Amino acid sequence: MTDVRIDETRTSERAPRIGESAPRPDGIPKVDGSFTFSSDLWHDRMLWGGTLRSPHPSARIRSIDIGPAVAVTGVHAVLTAADVPGNPAYGLEHADQPVLAADVVRYEGEPVAIVAADHPEAVRLALEAIVVDYESTVPLVDPGAAESSDPIHPDGNLIRRIHLRHGDQDVVGEVVVEGTYEVGMQDQAFLGPESGLAVPAEDGGVDLFIATQWLHVDRDQVAACLGLAPELVRLTLAGVGGAFGAREDLSLHAHLCLLALHTRRPVKMVYSREESFHGHVHRHPARMWYRHHADRAGNLLRVEARLLLDGGAYASSSGAVIANATCFAAGPYRIPSADIEGVVVRTNNPPCGAMRGFGAVQTCIGHEAQMDRLAAALDMDPVELRMRNVLASGDRLLTGQVITGTAPVAEVLRTCADHPSAAALSEDPMSLPGGAGRTADPEHVHRGEAIALGFKNLLFSEGFDDFSSALCRLEDGIATITCACAEVGQGFVTLAQQITREVLGVDDVVLTPASTATVGSAGSTSASRQTWMSGGAVQAACEEVRTTLLTRVAAEHGVDPDELVMADGRVMSLAGALDIDLASVTTEPVEADVEFHHAPTSPLDEYGQGDAHVSFAFSAHRAIVDVDRDLGLVKVVELTTSQDVGRVLNPLQAVGQLEGGAAQGVGLAVMEEVQVLDGRIRNASFTDYLVPTALDMPPVEIAALIEEPEPGAPFGAKGIGEPPSISSTAAVVAAIRAATDLELAHVPVRPTDIALAGA
Amino acid sequence: MSRTHITCTVNGDPVDFLASDGTSLLDALRDELGLTGAKEGCGTGDCGACSVLIDGRLNCSCLVFAPEAEGTEIVTVEGIADDDRLHPLQQTFLEGAALQCGICTPGVLIAAKALLDANPDPTETEIRYALAGNLCRCTGYDKIVRSVQEAAVQLKGAAR
Ligand code: FES
Ligand code: FES
Repeated sequence: MTDVRIDETRTSERAPRIGESAPRPDGIPKVDGSFTFSSDLWHDRMLWGGTLRSPHPSARIRSIDIGPAVAVTGVHAVLTAADVPGNPAYGLEHADQPVLAADVVRYEGEPVAIVAADHPEAVRLALEAIVVDYESTVPLVDPGAAESSDPIHPDGNLIRRIHLRHGDQDVVGEVVVEGTYEVGMQDQAFLGPESGLAVPAEDGGVDLFIATQWLHVDRDQVAACLGLAPELVRLTLAGVGGAFGAREDLSLHAHLCLLALHTRRPVKMVYSREESFHGHVHRHPARMWYRHHADRAGNLLRVEARLLLDGGAYASSSGAVIANATCFAAGPYRIPSADIEGVVVRTNNPPCGAMRGFGAVQTCIGHEAQMDRLAAALDMDPVELRMRNVLASGDRLLTGQVITGTAPVAEVLRTCADHPSAAALSEDPMSLPGGAGRTADPEHVHRGEAIALGFKNLLFSEGFDDFSSALCRLEDGIATITCACAEVGQGFVTLAQQITREVLGVDDVVLTPASTATVGSAGSTSASRQTWMSGGAVQAACEEVRTTLLTRVAAEHGVDPDELVMADGRVMSLAGALDIDLASVTTEPVEADVEFHHAPTSPLDEYGQGDAHVSFAFSAHRAIVDVDRDLGLVKVVELTTSQDVGRVLNPLQAVGQLEGGAAQGVGLAVMEEVQVLDGRIRNASFTDYLVPTALDMPPVEIAALIEEPEPGAPFGAKGIGEPPSISSTAAVVAAIRAATDLELAHVPVRPTDIALAGA
Repeated sequence: MSRTHITCTVNGDPVDFLASDGTSLLDALRDELGLTGAKEGCGTGDCGACSVLIDGRLNCSCLVFAPEAEGTEIVTVEGIADDDRLHPLQQTFLEGAALQCGICTPGVLIAAKALLDANPDPTETEIRYALAGNLCRCTGYDKIVRSVQEAAVQLKGAAR
């Protein structure tokens, strides 16, 4: 193939509307192997690219000698920082991360040079031949020491501090509980490592085919680094093998474009799994201290907290992550007084940024452990304590913001807690912790059960003018939707078709490839925002087409447009007098081009107060675990969940989000931690970084999807992607505590935390 | 780099290609034969995204050297449909929403096929054991397990 083509997504043969379990339109190519993921891209003239990375977490670069690499047979380019023509640095919030390190490296794995050659083997030889003279320096690896240490970056070591104070600061409770908690670094572990293909264009620009979460913001950053006008850098979405936040930042984007422009040849690059661990940001590790105050009846009076996140070497989206952690630090409870300090700092550890749940995952582990502690201190049932304090619509958050949308927190908690449990104690040794049938002694296996509640904001916050764009074209009875929303697996393509069918009453819906070349920004596939934002844009575009068409048809037939409906591929009058085939009235295309904005928000003030968020979603998980005290092994036996979803647009897909998110939560609870020692990742492989398998995951029981339509959201649907990974970890950890009576301050819970406790 | 001439059968078709000794079967399938269905998720035998059948047995093609494929019969995800008719597993995965991003799917389908070929009536636990070598980061596995169960029912019905 000489031309890279990303196929349109055609309609599936059946054409279900809103509320039905429409199958994915990209499903057939995904099951027959023909779907083009970014790693599958191919161009007959292409070169292969590769990246030389720093072996040191902190070092000065004295010199780089590319001579021996250039001499390797088959090498077409070896580039360093000196070859970056535009902005030398990029970043989501601050452009603080070098495209290629120039004189300093600040984390292990930081890109230092890039290579293009005609064969992957030649790339490997060239990377080995580059001589970099490093002067290794002592890395700053303790986030607690970051603020008092010499700055490791011109921007300083403090990335952001928010000191939220709410209500009367002198409140002291009759019952006070205090706790310290620690969360390890989690990797998104998407299954398709970073990859892409850049093709130089005749106009001096470049076309980049890439797996990402936000095409337009990538485009702007890449163009700035290349020193090109944004319209000369065209990004098209190639198949995305999962994202979960790890594709929000640039990785190989600028590198590929630099190599393609330099060699005037298409260049493909694919990260290995090990490289992927170094090539994207992770979930921030957290240290958290909490003090909860309540009266004897169990009413929460005040929460104090100190949150410290390790941002690693570069800012990425750390500023927004710490805002979320701070705003949602105390959980979905009514609390009149609070003092929460959230701090995120720079260190020489791997950079951290977005991952599903975005700051609310770490704090949920903290606030839910505190609620259980408080329940114990009050000698109260943990569910009852939570029920007494849950937020409802009309209540005030710690930021002073009043919840104006739906907040069925009590229903979420009640349905989850009341759901019958099917988990009997297993007789089968294969089902005991360890699973191999010969490890666990059934006598020493203890069962524990617990519940956790969590929440977070939907969409972007703090005054960001967030929008999505969509084009709708209706011609010959076929609707074509163009939207740059990144489909990363979540099923936006399915929803876009369902929404279009619902509004226009058509079956055939074509989705053109997502690209910066054809349409405005759709914003990021993150913050549980695309169903609302790009779904809203598609809905608005279709509605505008409907209005235009019906106005025209009404005028032609001398009827009132309000009398007309579109259904089943026809335009009909309610009275039944008119019934026209849609194709016949759309030989002339009807088009709309829409930008959809959500309600504006405000920044947080110096006290962390303000109407900073648009909407909130709530979830609960109940976990039942079996724990082998001798070996420290945990088996999650049952996981039950309820979630506030606004409205279900596609039941199977919605439940799929709940199941997949819960699995990532189980992973963080018991197995997933990027081991960073002296600034170096020690387990950059799936051999050593363990991700839950089908055997580690119990079936996820859906107790309830609470449908209270959210004002302002398309069809009332809230985003659903993140809550499942928020309360699941906290529930599993709490269940392990219940089974063992151990405090277990560190998450994930390690076997030694259990087996060696008290030893 | 010395390159070996390799002859084998892929998805029923005789093929031959050149590969250096250090090339994995996965890279040969993807880069020499253009069969990109099998994916590299880890390159270390841990994720199963590269699963193929070699002479009917489930293998991680990232761990097999291309020259080892000499004379074998290989089946990849591209070869499990019956011409235009999807394999029952492919059909139940579609209908059961057993895939999201879909990058694990080719490997999961091959592993599930290997299971059902050997054991047409697996229990849920047997399915979970058989698929424990295939990581999926998106689905949480429930819908995959249900879809394999459903395909097993359909295949048994068809065999009757
Ligand atoms: S790529 Fe072969 S097992 Fe992961
Ligand atoms: S569907 Fe994405 S990894 Fe399985």
